[in-house]
This record gives sequence, structure tokens and C-alpha cells, in this order.
Amino acid sequence: MTTTDTPPASDSIADRPRFDCRDAYVRTLADLAQADHRIVGVVNDSVGSSKLDAFKKAFPDRLINVGIAEQDMVGVAAGLANGGRIPFVSAASCFLTGRALEQIKADVAYSDRNVKLCGMSPGMAYGELGPTHHSIEDIAWLRAIDNMIIVVPASPIETAAAMRWAAVTHGPAFIRVSRMAVPEIYDADYEFVPGRAHTVRAGEDVTIISNGTVLWRAIAASEQLATEGISVRVVSMPTVKPLDVDAVIAAARETKGIVTAEEATTAGGLGGAVAETVVQHHPTRMTILGVPEFAPTGSAGFLLDRYGMSAEGIAEAARALVAGSTR
Amino acid sequence: MTALSPEHATMPVLGRLSPYATRDEQVAHIAEVARQIRIQDLLLVHHAGAGHIGGDFSAVDVLATLYGAVLNVTPEAVDDPERDRFILSKGHVAGALYTTLVAFGFLEVAELATFLKPLSRLNGHPNRTKVPGVEANTGPLGHGLPIAVGHAISAKLDVSRRRTYVLTGDGELQEGSNWEAMMAASQYELDSLTVIVDRNRLQQGATTRETNDLDPLDQKAAAFGFAVVEVNGHDHGELLDVLSSAPFRPGKPTFVIAHTHKGHPISFMADNVAWHHKVPNEEQLAQALDELSLAAPSTSS
Repeated sequence: MTTTDTPPASDSIADRPRFDCRDAYVRTLADLAQADHRIVGVVNDSVGSSKLDAFKKAFPDRLINVGIAEQDMVGVAAGLANGGRIPFVSAASCFLTGRALEQIKADVAYSDRNVKLCGMSPGMAYGELGPTHHSIEDIAWLRAIDNMIIVVPASPIETAAAMRWAAVTHGPAFIRVSRMAVPEIYDADYEFVPGRAHTVRAGEDVTIISNGTVLWRAIAASEQLATEGISVRVVSMPTVKPLDVDAVIAAARETKGIVTAEEATTAGGLGGAVAETVVQHHPTRMTILGVPEFAPTGSAGFLLDRYGMSAEGIAEAARALVAGSTR
Repeated sequence: MTALSPEHATMPVLGRLSPYATRDEQVAHIAEVARQIRIQDLLLVHHAGAGHIGGDFSAVDVLATLYGAVLNVTPEAVDDPERDRFILSKGHVAGALYTTLVAFGFLEVAELATFLKPLSRLNGHPNRTKVPGVEANTGPLGHGLPIAVGHAISAKLDVSRRRTYVLTGDGELQEGSNWEAMMAASQYELDSLTVIVDRNRLQQGATTRETNDLDPLDQKAAAFGFAVVEVNGHDHGELLDVLSSAPFRPGKPTFVIAHTHKGHPISFMADNVAWHHKVPNEEQLAQALDELSLAAPSTSS
């Protein structure tokens, strides 16, 4: 199912103020913890990098810090859930998903424990610190695990909405929490529903499907292409799993091709999920934009531009699909 | 005696004695439960044609003691938030766990015949979403102790008296995640947590000493902040006394080194690394059952 949301009035999305989604994360976590005593934070010494100092002050007993020990962190979260708590694990996405992948698979997903895995500073947010600290693989790794909902919010409102949904819904979930600042895209009454895409720009010529830090860049690309007379549909896909299959098939059927754009590896992420759907239901031309390699030194913004995910880069990929279309 | 002899086709639900039973009565009861579990486990592995009989038999006496007289958990209370938690970290001895759950009424004995069969919920490693009484889906080693620590922290947050027990293998302690969890258990002063190590000194292919020696295990655990106790892991009286007396030091988690023998007490299996996951043939099954039938419960303590 696809819903059409009218974006807030603004000249260009690129000119709007930008926000670190971790701020929305900590505000929401404190609100949730205030309302429900079962909610606890679990960290791997990541109090500062998760911006949880105020949470720690407000709920000193409910921030479980196991030290720099990610396998233990996720196992402990599963045990807390066994005891009836609702743990929000907050740790750098690269270490959370890479170091503790087997605990995520066995202790959380396969054991069906009510654990919320919050991957902080995902993608290439650590920029110049390099590929050891980049988390471009997290989505592909977790997509392969059964019983795992994967959310890649694009804005502070979407981050908060996904957390509020996770807090009241039993089961494992992985939520990426962006560090690289992004503009707000949604209205305050935005409702998060897993598996539901949002058409944030209507259009007929070509579709761009995106999420996370790249969504606003996709919208900026659509603004540019509109001036050239190319009508672009921009589909926000906050849940990579479950995917909004109907929205993907509609895009494949109704427009001339699909560009996917994400701050993640080109293997097995949102692009892979969309391609798997398209090839089985309605084959169409696609371009998958993402990070194809261990990135060289650079900031996250620089690297996104380098991998063709500037507004102009995404626009060029969309133009090429329209130009190359035989339909 | 054959695998299908009627006397082994069923198993009584032995349950647990009244808490007012004497210690001698408790110990005798646990010994008989352990003997029955071993009989069913032999049949289980023989019937399935697979399993981990060696590790099963080194752990059975700990399991029988925990479920027989220590854990505050019954088939009616598997979802009670205040139940004690037992986490089997050495998930490959699922066969021993299933037979124990049968002995205490969590599962029907007839279901044991489905062990490892297509679509059975009795998988080679336990699945909590399908089998009542299972607390965690273990199998990969080094997972149970962190989960136990998390549960013990939850009990502390709840100001609850519920306790957490976790049984690990000894070879399993080569996984670093255990030591991460032990540091956290000490930091959080989890004295409601008891770690039991099935110290049979054998891992899949060799002795622990030949592989990656754990000794001095007692000193290592003590250095990680645990109160350490060593017991004969096949002596039901010692196990009962120790497991029901924890914690031994206020604020300290307990580390019980249960000295055991793989394959105990079967003469040709005990301490024989080949029986890690060997399956008894008809003749071996008959001999093992004969040895168990000769074992009088009262001699076990």
C-alpha cells in the first residue's frame, strides 16, 4: 500500500535546516522510558556516542553499560527481554551488527526476543575514520536473517515514529539512527507502519526509491529534473524488510525505470530488495546506487557524492533510465 | 533387552518431591530421576541415529538436580515472570534437556520418539518458541552466559528473588563472549546468578588441555569476581547442597565447577572422546541399559 503525503511547504529541500537524528532518538527514548518502566537502554560504553548522558542521569539504573563487549551486549539484551524488559540496544551500527551478528541471529531473531537494535551512526557517518567504522553492510547482513524488521528512517520525525512503533510492538527490530544531519521530510503527524512506503513526490516518468540519509538528496534530484520536464516519483522506503512490494511493483509498472539510492552496500541492501521484487513480478530497468567498495578517506557527504548520490548524481541516473527506455 | 522393550517405551513423570522431604529422600529421588533420564536418552539417541550422548551424560546429574529440587519452575509456571531461569548454554545436549523436561512433566514422553525427525519441534538444538521450558535458542557456543547475565540484571531491576542458572560446557569457555559476560556479572554484583561448568575435560576432538587449556579455571573465575565452588558433578548430594545454597558471597555471582565425565556412568563411554556424538548400536545399547538397570539410586550419593 502506498500513501501520498504532502511535504511541508519549502522552496528546495536542500535549503531546509538539518538535524542529527540521534537527538530525536534520545528525546524519544526518554519519553518512552518515562511512560513504560520496562524500557531500558543497553550500551557498549557508547553513552556519549549515542548521546545518552541525559538518559543516564534521568534513569541511572536503566542504562545497562556492559563495557566494550558487543556479543555480551546483545546477549544481555536478550536476557533482559527474557525478564520482561524492553531493551533498546544503542551502539555504533558497525560494531553492533558486525561483532554481534550471531547473537542477533540466535539470541534475538531466532529466539524471538523483544529486543530493539538501534544502529547509531550507520552508513559512512564516521567518514574519515574509514571502512572499519563504516556500517554499509548492516542492512545486507540483517536482511538475510528471518524475523527481523529493518528500518532506515530518513528524518527525526521518522526516527521517533519508528521507535514509538517498536516500543509497543513485540519482536526484534533493527533501526538505523543517522548521525549525518538531514532535513525534516515529514509532518508531525507522520505514522510509521512497517512495510509501508510513502510517495513523497508523485511522478510518471521514472521512480527513485530511497531511505535514510539519501532520501532528501533523491527529493532534491526530483526538483532538478522537474525543471527539465522529467516527472519523477520519489518513494520513501523506510522499511527495507518487510519491503512494500506493492509500491515497488506499481513503480515498475507505471514508470519507465527505478533508481534506488542508499547509504549502504550495493550488494543486498534496499537496491537488492527492490531488484528481487522487480525481477520476479514486473521486470524493468534499474540502477542501484550505493557504496560498492571499501570507501577511501572522506566525509560521509563527500563519499555519497563520489558514489553518485549527490542530487545531481541521482538525477543523472534517473535521466539515463528515461533516455534509455524503449517504452 | 532391546530398544523397544516395553519397560522403556514409557517413562514415569517423576516430578519433584515436597520441599519438606528430607535431604536423603531428595537425593535418592534425584538419583532415580537421573537414571531414568539416562535410559530415555539412550533410547532417544539410538532411535534418532544421532545425538550427543557423551555430553548428555556428563550433564544429566546437574539437570536432574536443578529441575528436581533447585529451580522454582514447573510445567504450570513456564510463563510465570517470577520463575527461576535455567539456560542451557551447551545447546548440543538438547537430548538430555528434552528427556529431563519429560521427567518433570513439561513434555510428553511419546514425543521423544520424534527427536530429529522431519518437522519435529525437538530439533538438535532447543527452540524456546516451540518447546515449553526452553529459555533460549542455544547451539552456537558462548551464548548462554550473556543471556543469563541479562536476565539476572532484569531480576535485580525488578527487586525480584528469582534466580538464574546457566550450564556451560568447559570447551565452550574458549569462546570470549563468556568472559565478557563474567566481567559484567561481577560489575553488576549479580549474586542471583549461578554459572555451572560441566567440566568433563573433553571437547569434540580432544581434551581441553590438548586444545586450549582452561586451567587454572578456578583461579580465572575467582579473578573475574566469582565465588568459586568445585563439586563432583555426578554426586547428587553435593550438587543439591551447592546449587541450593548459592550465593556463597553477598554481591558475588557463583561459579560452580562440576567435575564430570563424558558418557558417565557407562563403562565403555566414560571419558572416551569418541562418544562425543557416537550412536550406540543394538549391542552397545543393550549393554548400556543393563549397566543402568544395575545402578541402584541409593549408591549415587
